[in-house]
Amino acid sequence: MDSSTRIVITGVGLTAPNGDTLGEFRQNLLNGVSGVERYNIRYIGDTVAGVCHFDNRKYQTRKELRTGTRAGSISIYCANEAVADSGLDWDKIDRSRIGVFLGITEHGNVETEGEIYEISKFDYDVKYWSHYHNPRTVSNNPAGEVTVNMGITGPHYTIGGACAAGNLGCIQGLQQLLMGEVDVALAGGVSESIHTFGIFAGFKSQGALAEHEDPTQASRPFDNSRNGIVIAEGGAVYVMERLDHALARSARIYGEVVGYGQNSDATDFVLPNPERQAQCMLKAIAKAGIAPADIDIVSTHATGTPAGDRRECEAIRCVFDQSCTTTYFNNAKSFIGHAMGAAGALELAGNLPAFDDKIVHHTINVDDLDPACALPNLVLGKPLQVDKVDIILNNSFGMMGINSVLIIKRYES
Amino acid sequence: MTRQDIADAIIEIITDIVPDEDCSSLNPDEKLRDQLDLDSMDFLDIVMELRKRYNVEVPESDYPQLASLTSCIDYLEPHLKDK
Repeated sequence: MDSSTRIVITGVGLTAPNGDTLGEFRQNLLNGVSGVERYNIRYIGDTVAGVCHFDNRKYQTRKELRTGTRAGSISIYCANEAVADSGLDWDKIDRSRIGVFLGITEHGNVETEGEIYEISKFDYDVKYWSHYHNPRTVSNNPAGEVTVNMGITGPHYTIGGACAAGNLGCIQGLQQLLMGEVDVALAGGVSESIHTFGIFAGFKSQGALAEHEDPTQASRPFDNSRNGIVIAEGGAVYVMERLDHALARSARIYGEVVGYGQNSDATDFVLPNPERQAQCMLKAIAKAGIAPADIDIVSTHATGTPAGDRRECEAIRCVFDQSCTTTYFNNAKSFIGHAMGAAGALELAGNLPAFDDKIVHHTINVDDLDPACALPNLVLGKPLQVDKVDIILNNSFGMMGINSVLIIKRYES
Repeated sequence: MTRQDIADAIIEIITDIVPDEDCSSLNPDEKLRDQLDLDSMDFLDIVMELRKRYNVEVPESDYPQLASLTSCIDYLEPHLKDK
């Protein structure tokens, strides 16, 4: 491939429950620091969640915060941080050649629930319904707020992809770059889901909402005592460019997106299909032109539900056989919970520094490993120093049987 | 409410709507939109807050009467004098 068809990551902006920069997030992953805390939300009461604590005034006025959405605010923070990290000359760049492509699990539930609660104080008289309802709940809102905030006049939209959305945002950015529609893509995923009681109530009704007296131990993928998902908010936005564009400005390159896969289970609303997940990983691996054994880290999607964790492990076993002796598996949700539309993009970010330090961050809260999840080289309890990290595969799956896989390679000229 | 009470109430609403701006020294006779960064959605917020806080309904045909602080007080005084 020539440098006009190679896509690289040159900036990272993120907020996670345990870190508001890549450096802080990575350090807390390596130090085993959870970001899950006690949380209270209307109608649910006391529960646990992954809550972000980024400085929302860093890039927004108080008025922008009042009129905008939490998803928009997360997006704006991450996009600005990513651009700052990338070293792009923001004053000189042609902003009509920048696109914003953000994966979301859902959008508008927070605003709609809040507005219904507000009019409940007025006997449900809709003349008290906010005139901001429509701009706040259009599905492009999070990406649109970024363009308004940053003066970006290229394309923007969100990609609705349940919990596979973070990877899908990156794939969309890559495709727009390859088609020459933009020169810079701000791509990734965001989620503000912890601000809607409905998602907590939905998982609770499904028997899939995690509970634990110690919130930092509530998210327990692969552990026999797991009891569901810890809902989290967060975001990760990448600056992506064609390699020639990045080289022309001597950009720092975090990695190259060498493969991706996306497909559908076509079987069930909720239960994943391991055969399709395996096919999705294999599609990405084929597109990257590599073999499974070439992959050094697999960032698993596992959320802490017995069925979901086991099915992903079944899919992984179909792809990674005994020849994959240096392929290691980890899980970031054990630290931060499930950041929904942000999950894929955030979890990838937590692994990117491994290209430099060759450390595989671990999975916490596995005290009693589910034998069905006992993958060889599952990194548990503490980080693992390895000899090389050249290729990372990032899984992200979601409801309605939506699967997405990204493969990132250490950049080599 | 006295005229001063009404002025204080309006300034309190506007301060919530444009929290980045200094609303403490507004010229009462100059248009609010010439002194503050108020857009049309913000203006609808003023109408909404009058509805929510004081049960005052401002029909669209009367919006021009909310242009300045003084004209707001003049317009609202009959509605709020007994509150």
